[in-house]
Amino acid sequence: MRTAFIETLLELARLDERITLVVGDLGFGVVTTFMQELPKQFVNAGVAEQNMTGLAAGMALSGKIVFTYSIANFPVLRCLEQIRNDICYHDANVKIVSIGSGMAYGSLGITHHATEDLAIMRALPNMTLVAPNDPVEASLATRAVVAHDGPCYLRLGRGGEQTVHTSNIDFQLGKSIQVRDGSDLTLIVTGGLLQHAIGAADILSESGISARVLSMHTVSPLDNEAVLAAASETSAIFTIEEHSVVGGLGGAVAELLLEAGGPRIKFKRIGLNGTFSSIVGDQDYLRAQYGLDAVGILANIQSTLALSVSKKHAGES
Amino acid sequence: MKSNGGADNSALLNELAARIRYQTLMMVNKAKSSHVGTCFSMAELLSVLYGSILRVDPQNPEWPQRDRFILSKGHGAAALYAVLAERGFFPLDWLETFYQNGSRLAGHVTHHYLPGVEVSTGSLGHGLSIAAGMALAAKRDGETHRVVALLSDGECDEGSVWEPILFAPHHQLDNLIAIVDYNKIQSLGTVKEVMDLEPFADKWRAFGWGVREIDGHNVTEIESTLSTLPFEAGRPNCVIAHTVKGKGVSFMEDKLLWHYRTPQGEEFADALAELEAHS
Repeated sequence: MRTAFIETLLELARLDERITLVVGDLGFGVVTTFMQELPKQFVNAGVAEQNMTGLAAGMALSGKIVFTYSIANFPVLRCLEQIRNDICYHDANVKIVSIGSGMAYGSLGITHHATEDLAIMRALPNMTLVAPNDPVEASLATRAVVAHDGPCYLRLGRGGEQTVHTSNIDFQLGKSIQVRDGSDLTLIVTGGLLQHAIGAADILSESGISARVLSMHTVSPLDNEAVLAAASETSAIFTIEEHSVVGGLGGAVAELLLEAGGPRIKFKRIGLNGTFSSIVGDQDYLRAQYGLDAVGILANIQSTLALSVSKKHAGES
Repeated sequence: MKSNGGADNSALLNELAARIRYQTLMMVNKAKSSHVGTCFSMAELLSVLYGSILRVDPQNPEWPQRDRFILSKGHGAAALYAVLAERGFFPLDWLETFYQNGSRLAGHVTHHYLPGVEVSTGSLGHGLSIAAGMALAAKRDGETHRVVALLSDGECDEGSVWEPILFAPHHQLDNLIAIVDYNKIQSLGTVKEVMDLEPFADKWRAFGWGVREIDGHNVTEIESTLSTLPFEAGRPNCVIAHTVKGKGVSFMEDKLLWHYRTPQGEEFADALAELEAHS
């Protein structure tokens, strides 16, 4: 996703000199071409995220479209008050880019796991939250946040993610993409777990269970219409995110469903259940450990709905 | 008010400073609010900036080529609102609404619906980074306006202040001016007791700033220092303004109490009498 992001940003920045990339001394081998080709649109703020964020607000208030860039929690939590006061309160045109969402930097340990960021950023007024599910969405999301005048948070994978969308998609902020239609239950996915949700849906379909899959790339504003349609057209909703179950996609969907007062359906948030990952391992290993791969998602659905799906199939994914 | 030098100009600037103190006292009294000491210590700094130095247009507050001023010590909001109203950015009677329900004038600097306020502040340690970003953007766009940030001394305890202090010289931001209102008193004690900043000027110099230390109550000295910016070319400039907390009212001067205490009753009447006697 980061390659899709930087290539798209470079392409856009060549045509619009307002676009400025401010990095916190990270992005070795990723931002190099941008830095060399567009030095007047590039700033390395050093290892100083508070200043990076404050100066980004200042540049945006001077007419620039500013991207701050770092990894995991560094561009978010370290400088949260600058994001709240300097960016959001001023509605400054800053896009905060975090590379390595969720447990992408698995083995590096919990300092490098961004697993509460969606909840924290979602609470901020004026902030648009985008967590693409694959490189195609990441590229389109980059274009969309440039076109959107106002604060955005772009939560990206580290790199090497599978491309899920093989045909053209209609990407709009705040509009989910229905990847699979289904009538029994709905899987709502954000931030890079789409292929695992599809894997679980495939196994379910072999047992005659029809699962709708929605890529909810924009967590805020949420696509209320698609969620409420799922609540009335299917009998269970599962939210899936590489993030705490508190306050992120699951929280957003839960809030909407309860307040909407629609039909009584089964609902489950799949994510990290109030824990830090203290297990050492790469992203795939940690996803499996915490039930966030296709097998784990499937098991969660089975137990929630008291379904019986062949273990042979579950093991194949 | 345009600077034309000489005694007449100094008199005008002192008069504006006196009006800032008067308006501040009235606002703080009515609002039963704090921070009168911090407002009084920077009255001359604001007077010279808005009376002589800053290229701003009250009739066109969004003028793109304007100098930018950021009051990073956002708790001094009353004095900033006072000088903006005195310069005609908004009506003077708005000042009476400071702190009041439904008002535009919050207790810390707020830009929403308030012409002339560049950015909102109130949490210390934010303003200099925003100013550095504005200065960098201006440089890259070939704009000639200046960006001035006014900080408190206690604010310099914040690590986030030292990040832009490191950043600005690296980028040769000689269109950036930091002014520190060095009144030597912060919330719970003197700066020396709480977190000594000395050798303060040397610290800024060591980071690569051009530094001047001045008497922050002498309008002539403030004006001569700021009239040629940058006073050191090729680097950001810092003015350490030695000031007195609560300056202008004898029983408030250099007193920790008046960081938070609100002037009421006899104290208010005495303060008003002193200000009127000096204006």
